[in-house]
Amino acid sequence: MDDFIAARSQMAMSLAFHIVFSCVGMVMPFMMAIAHYKYLKTKKEIYKGLTKAWSKGVAILFATGAVSGTMLSFELGLLFPKFMEHAGPIFGMPFSLEGTAFFIEAIALGFFLYGWDKFNKWFHWICGVIVGISGLASGILVVAANAWMNSPSGFDYINGEYLNIDPIKAMLNEAWFSQALHMTIAAFCATGFAVAGLHAYLILKGKNINFHKEAFKISSLLAIVAALLAPLSGDISAKDVAKRQPIKLAAMEAHFETEESAPFVLGGIVDQENKKVDYAIKVPGVLSFLVHSDFNKEVKGLEEFPEDEWPPVPIVHYAFQTMISFGMLMMGIALIYLIAQFLKKEWKNKRWYYKLFMIATPFGYIALEAGWTVTEVGRQPWIIYGIMRTVDAVTPMPGIQYSFYIFTFVFITLSIILVFLMNRQIQNVAKLYDPEDPNFNPEKH
Amino acid sequence: MIYVVTAFLWVSTCLYLILGGADFGAGIVELFSEKKYKNQTKKIMYNSIGPIWEANHMWLIIAIVILFVGFPKMYADVSNYLHIPLVIMLLGIIARGTSFTFRNYDAVNDKWHNLYDVIFTYSSVVTPLFLGIISGSIVSGSIDNQATSFQDAYIFSWLSWFNVSVGLFTVVICSFLASVYSIQSVNNQEDKTKLRKRAKIYTTLIFVAGGIVFAVSVWKNIPLLEWITKQIYGYIAVSLATISIIALIYSLNKKKDQLTKVYAGLIVVMILFAVSYSHFPNLILFKDGTKLSLLKDFGAESTINMLAWALLLGSVFILPFLFYLIYSFNQRQKI
Repeated sequence: MDDFIAARSQMAMSLAFHIVFSCVGMVMPFMMAIAHYKYLKTKKEIYKGLTKAWSKGVAILFATGAVSGTMLSFELGLLFPKFMEHAGPIFGMPFSLEGTAFFIEAIALGFFLYGWDKFNKWFHWICGVIVGISGLASGILVVAANAWMNSPSGFDYINGEYLNIDPIKAMLNEAWFSQALHMTIAAFCATGFAVAGLHAYLILKGKNINFHKEAFKISSLLAIVAALLAPLSGDISAKDVAKRQPIKLAAMEAHFETEESAPFVLGGIVDQENKKVDYAIKVPGVLSFLVHSDFNKEVKGLEEFPEDEWPPVPIVHYAFQTMISFGMLMMGIALIYLIAQFLKKEWKNKRWYYKLFMIATPFGYIALEAGWTVTEVGRQPWIIYGIMRTVDAVTPMPGIQYSFYIFTFVFITLSIILVFLMNRQIQNVAKLYDPEDPNFNPEKH
Repeated sequence: MIYVVTAFLWVSTCLYLILGGADFGAGIVELFSEKKYKNQTKKIMYNSIGPIWEANHMWLIIAIVILFVGFPKMYADVSNYLHIPLVIMLLGIIARGTSFTFRNYDAVNDKWHNLYDVIFTYSSVVTPLFLGIISGSIVSGSIDNQATSFQDAYIFSWLSWFNVSVGLFTVVICSFLASVYSIQSVNNQEDKTKLRKRAKIYTTLIFVAGGIVFAVSVWKNIPLLEWITKQIYGYIAVSLATISIIALIYSLNKKKDQLTKVYAGLIVVMILFAVSYSHFPNLILFKDGTKLSLLKDFGAESTINMLAWALLLGSVFILPFLFYLIYSFNQRQKI
């Protein structure tokens, strides 16, 4: 494996894992806070159990996210030192604020986990909420830093030098809002579906049903709201990308030729060499409409740009298609949910209803990872869009493939252990968390 | 403003060494405690780090962020030449952080815990060892920025007798801190006596490990003594550290545990001060004699100003919250 590919793969893999941990850390505290609020209001022990069960999940994934985040702050320099040398002072602002947010999150989590029956109950509750808010703030800040790589601003690039640096302007670059909005909604969607799916599965298994139904209620609500909002933020993102990075948009749609009334390309096999897409369904005018809100306007194709500035078109296109398809599926589920909520209440007692959510467990995360692939691979060959190429930023140290193998091994092992650990938590719901269960006895454990 | 940023860099490094160091130490002390007392040690050590261990490690992130935002050239050079020890340290951080979490949150207590324990304790040694090696390489002029071969650039930039001795010294400092901090987390007199005895052993080890570092520096012609004694502050710091060690042993005998903690902190702060002040404002020394200075080789002026404000603002939010956490944690049940 060549060093450049190894460095990119290692970075991509680290991020792919870190995203999962950090999204859980952003969203689950809110679920926890809702359950906790219900407990404080109704005094029903089942909500306390649920809060505790979820907070265990938060604690485990937060700690894993914290170490993978620490790692990333080193990996940026280990793998792309030239990039960090120039970009650090420009796009570092959100990272320094993120440090603060993350610190607050860690402290608040400390208070929350160890604070049962020790503090004023509302102070304790607020700590849980602060975990969520600061997690969300961290996420948004990190995305702002990433957005700068897509939309560099806050400096003048003159003769290879980075001058007149304005870190605030760099942080509030053109892409930050649309990216942060879409990412936040996606995080809620992904975590919501994952948690709801898991509890749906446990409902189907038939044990501790009341407990899991309460969990399902809270998590599915967040999932559904987010699934319905995602297309809106996605639309904002698409329009924004079309304006700032037309080449990325063209790659997303495998749109080779500049056309008026450009079609929306669904599926198909990309043939980058011959600059065409085979077996695709083309919906005329829709791409023009999505980009310009006008069915007839022109959309620039890849042919407008030099070929050495093209991202790998097939990867970007397939990733985009994956994201859209899973987004649609989740929207469909959201509609069924709404019908079950308001029109056909009996659906909520049907097994197929929970099976549907069970199947959808990974959908949100699949869409989320695919979406990040679009953003990051779509930026290639640039590490700072239009300014610095990724190949010029990579570390001069040879043998990066070994580091890639080691980190791959570590991440896979870590994931296996995490699944194992979560499974053990779930196995013990009856004993540890569900007060209605005859075996409930948290003191013993 | 550059002074504000530099001060924050120093303070977060220092806090990481004291708080994060004590965390590492908890694992090291557990590893080297006698077999029949191991489980009790584990419990005591956990009780003394518990809910703040997460926050303790944030200081490293703060220091790294300051480095790459404020001093990107240093960050880039360090991550380039010290790639290998950094990766090992990172693997240590991952292994340690996750195994610590796993063993505390695993719902079932069975033989899997033996595995978590092994990973936790061994990575608690490896991580500070390499942290020390990295620090040693940065300040001792062993980074070869003119190297033409892989070995010279990426191996011998950090692998030297001196750097390894600094690594060992760091390991000893960590375990020393943990052994001192843990005394107050128990109520049982028998345990207390045992822990005080252990703290004395680790205090002695500081002398031994420190002596080794000096011996190696003489053997390998590293002017460590000269650096430290170049300025009057170096003398003061070293004398204060020495006085504190004597005071610490005295207060251990007098069973003044709170005071012992303060002395332990003071010793470590003074050691770090002596070492870092000797080069100030330079931070990185290269083999060819070139240096990177905190006051000259920073990123853009505007970035430094913003960074300073962000850090000041952050402290206003963080510090009261953190102190309250530590305070309320200290009020909790002892074992």
